[in-house]
Amino acid sequence: MQMTAEQSGTKYHLVTITVNGDPYTRAVKANTLLVNLLRDDLDLTGTKKGCELGDCGSCTVHLDGKPVNSCLVLALEADGREITTIEGVSQGSELDTIQKSFLENTAVQCGYCTPGMIMSAKALLERNPNPTELEVREAIAGNLCRCTGYVNIVKAILAAAEKQNKEQ
Amino acid sequence: MYLPDFEYYAPATVNEACELLAKLGPGAKVLAGGTDILSKMKQDQLSLDAVVSIKNFNQLTEIVENDKGDVIIGARVTHNSLIDSPVLQKKYPSICHTAHQMANNQVRNTGTIGGNIVNAVPSADLPPILIALGAQVKLVGTGGERILPLEDFFTGPNESVIKQDEILTEFIIEKQSLTGSNYLKFALRRSGALAVAGVAVAVAMDGNTCTKARIVMGAVAPTPARAKGAEQFLAGKEVTDELLEEVGNRAAAESKPISDIRGSAEYRRDLVGVLTRRALKKAISEGHV
Repeated sequence: MQMTAEQSGTKYHLVTITVNGDPYTRAVKANTLLVNLLRDDLDLTGTKKGCELGDCGSCTVHLDGKPVNSCLVLALEADGREITTIEGVSQGSELDTIQKSFLENTAVQCGYCTPGMIMSAKALLERNPNPTELEVREAIAGNLCRCTGYVNIVKAILAAAEKQNKEQ
Repeated sequence: MYLPDFEYYAPATVNEACELLAKLGPGAKVLAGGTDILSKMKQDQLSLDAVVSIKNFNQLTEIVENDKGDVIIGARVTHNSLIDSPVLQKKYPSICHTAHQMANNQVRNTGTIGGNIVNAVPSADLPPILIALGAQVKLVGTGGERILPLEDFFTGPNESVIKQDEILTEFIIEKQSLTGSNYLKFALRRSGALAVAGVAVAVAMDGNTCTKARIVMGAVAPTPARAKGAEQFLAGKEVTDELLEEVGNRAAAESKPISDIRGSAEYRRDLVGVLTRRALKKAISEGHV
């Protein structure tokens, strides 16, 4: 990280991050949050903002492979690290197994929590390809769905696990 | 919800960080995981001129067991790394179980053990179990380092003995002869909820006799507190259900809870009795620390 010129009294720092495989360098203020860098500077608006306090999980992204709340991470703290957002989950226009499973199981109502849910589900299945229902519920405990659609979300994640295991 | 402006520093060494903290004064704080201080800043509960990030101190993300059998936990270890640590799973699985009861997966991937201690929130989950296990903390400042028992670290809600120029760098759990320990927490939800009350215990058993016991209560006093009267009452006695019931009652009597949105003082005191009894039973019967 290096300091760039001060503009009208405001200090900017250079931050370099890899998002969904692509490197980006941007000048950010110290108080820029990762979620705002992703949404406002990189136009990756799939990552949502909900409670912005680490409770709802709408802003979940993978930081070096682990799900975190991007609303509670300074952009500068992500310097040099790898980020995956919901935009990086599909292979081109081919949806990921988990995304397809959400559609097939009607696990989406208003859709606002869905990107975060899918990021949490993806992290779970990468770590644990055969989760129990309890493990699924635990993995998405930090993702709130206010349409109360948890039953179908859990179903979708379990079905995705089964499908992935069959494909392998 | 945007953060107010502040200066950001990410020094390369701990010494540099201490000097920065000393120079910047009380308006500057250490930034570790950020899950606590960033959310406080967003809600205007904390105002800072500068944060000193410790992200470059990779040596503080390790958990090791030295040749003496002491376990050293770096202050930057995240809660999920506590859960995943082979050293802790072998030596002190009760720490893994405690970390598993905290917050949610995303926060556990970011929040650190150091932050959970330095924030000194009375309902924090890690202090009771770490105190029960006799953990010590290493504080590094501009004038050198000091090591003190975690039990002596807290002075009040959100207050501790840490000085402006000091950084908590590691936890030391010296080798000891315990036969069981655990932390039980009662919260209003299974996940993402603060403890209404929490009790950690550590015991050494000789057959059916308890030779040593530590009982530490969380969320029921201004700081995590040992129930020393209950500990002394238990030590040296043959364990029976009636005895554990009485130990629980004594611990409850020693707690000094307040009433708040999560529970009344009376309810909390009751919880301490129940949790103490259950935690002791579990620690005694499970036969591992």
